[in-house]
Amino acid sequence: MSQTISDVPDDRLVKGNHDFASITKLITDIPQERTPTWWYIAFGISNILLAMMLGMVIWLIWQGTGVWGLNSTVGWAWDITNFVWWVGIGHAGTLISAILFLFRQGWRTAINRFAEAMTIFAVMCAGLYPAIHVGRIWAIYWIFPLPNSMQLWPNFNSPLLWDVFAVATYLIVSTLFWYVGLVPDLATMRDKVKGKISRLVYGVFALGWTGANRHWQNYEKAYMILAGLATPLVLSVHTIVSFDFAVSIIPGWHTTIFPPYFVAGAIFSGFAMVLSLMIISRKLYGLEDIMTIDHIEKMNIIILVTGMMVGFAYGMEFFIAWYGGVEYEKFAFINRALGPYAWAYWIMITCNVVSPQFFWVKKFRRNIVLTFILSIVINIGMWFERFVIVVTSLAQDFLPSSWTYFSPTYVDVLTYVGTFGLFFTFFLLFLRFLPMVAIAEIKGVMPQANPAYYRQNKR
Amino acid sequence: MSKRGIPFGVLAEFENPADLMDAAAAVRRAGYRQFDTYSPFPIHGMDDAMGLKPSKLGWIVLIHGILGLIGGIALQVWSMDIAYPVHISGKPYLNFPAFVPVTFAIIILLSAFGVFMGMFFLNNLPRLHNPLFHSDRIAKATDDGFLLCIEATDPVFSEERTTLFLKEIGATFTETIPLEAPDKSPGTETGTVK
Repeated sequence: MSQTISDVPDDRLVKGNHDFASITKLITDIPQERTPTWWYIAFGISNILLAMMLGMVIWLIWQGTGVWGLNSTVGWAWDITNFVWWVGIGHAGTLISAILFLFRQGWRTAINRFAEAMTIFAVMCAGLYPAIHVGRIWAIYWIFPLPNSMQLWPNFNSPLLWDVFAVATYLIVSTLFWYVGLVPDLATMRDKVKGKISRLVYGVFALGWTGANRHWQNYEKAYMILAGLATPLVLSVHTIVSFDFAVSIIPGWHTTIFPPYFVAGAIFSGFAMVLSLMIISRKLYGLEDIMTIDHIEKMNIIILVTGMMVGFAYGMEFFIAWYGGVEYEKFAFINRALGPYAWAYWIMITCNVVSPQFFWVKKFRRNIVLTFILSIVINIGMWFERFVIVVTSLAQDFLPSSWTYFSPTYVDVLTYVGTFGLFFTFFLLFLRFLPMVAIAEIKGVMPQANPAYYRQNKR
Repeated sequence: MSKRGIPFGVLAEFENPADLMDAAAAVRRAGYRQFDTYSPFPIHGMDDAMGLKPSKLGWIVLIHGILGLIGGIALQVWSMDIAYPVHISGKPYLNFPAFVPVTFAIIILLSAFGVFMGMFFLNNLPRLHNPLFHSDRIAKATDDGFLLCIEATDPVFSEERTTLFLKEIGATFTETIPLEAPDKSPGTETGTVK
């Protein structure tokens, strides 16, 4: 064959001089080595925060929702803000694992395991808030269509019930997806660990995986279908979360732009969260060859794109409020930017619209310190976005006599801080005991995995 | 080892994915059907080399999805319109647009269960015992080994000739795996790497 055209090689996804065995060793050594001291410190702090959160939740259940800063005008505040924020963070994991898989983005393999774990734990944190916000948590099972002596059924016309189904489905499907991805790597762990008990435990969860091609065939099909299912699911979950607001008639909530706007915001904040976690972990665990600077750059581009979408949505909301000509709607938006919560609004604009603009410059996209700082800033901004939407719309609605100003109590604040304890407790356990990079998948995107690689080299 | 009893099959190791794929094609051409290749990741093109039919998983998922669709609509129509109709702010009892999100979630949920259980069902997993793990070598298949095992149940199988054949097509290592577990001596348990 004449070689008139030479291939333009893609950037290598795995840096350094790695073969399959060194990749296995790099990742399976992490759960096997001695637990690092920083891990104990971080785990201890997370546990304290978790205990604090549990204390606050118990106090809330004991006393009632009055211990939060809620009142009869502002019935939703930090709880729903936190719920939407955590669910949104979770969406990046599914985006990376499902949507980027369908688009055949090989670079996702370095971070998908990690991001999926983040999804699951973030959705757990999110699910807490609506559950404790119902007030009488002992009757929480009424949200499910269970036969009962009153012969009553949940109201399927209500977006709040749609939310129950959407978020529960999301948590279950994300967990299944994560576990399916884990099985081959658990088999690798089973074959690598020395201890008898650890081998048994990894072995049980690996379900007898051998790496047989007849199994890989069904496995790959399963993975593809799950990705195909998770893609519309992740878009629908945040759409339905936005229906909680959009289906109501409160000015500032009742807009059709909410579903795409919420989904873009979710991906925006989720990628920021993945970056914050990844930049720390790759350093601590020496995974710079796998989670490379190229990955950070690609993620920063997605942050820039989704940040622009969010910025566009902010602008569009104002345009429609003016163009729609509804007095209450117009007031709601002017009040957002100039009213009593203007400080929150401008924090939101600064963090979400201004700060990602740094990423137009390649040098900034590849700057780890700047990326880390901006990823935190973006998550703060996205929290404020949800706060602005939830609270400003409620605090000043139709009737001026019932206007009020919401202030959180210490229970609000400590419950929110405490969910970080919940999140990091699980996340640190994940880092400690499970392979944090999808070993089988990362091998699959190395050039040596392709039979054609050997045939070319032979020629 | 082969004298110890009935063999489960002959295991062979190949150097790289390309050699394994050529070997799988050769094994198939030689008339073997009861064989499988073992690799740390799915190798692109191996299904064709082994002559496998497409996975049936899609059909299992489709059935689950249809069940979800019917079940989701039935649940909502029955509970909102038949079992206990409640008049809620002038909305119709059969409010189909409002039933879409929950129906969608149930379809996805049941399909995902179909994928998860269907995949492990088709793969015959979880499995408590697999004679393959009598070999220490198979553990390489989850690390960096590319292995092929021809099982003794294949009509063309003959321990000596199959071993010889595998060596001829380029196996770097061959081993007969016994069907029964070899005597357990300390430190050589099944399925472990020493």
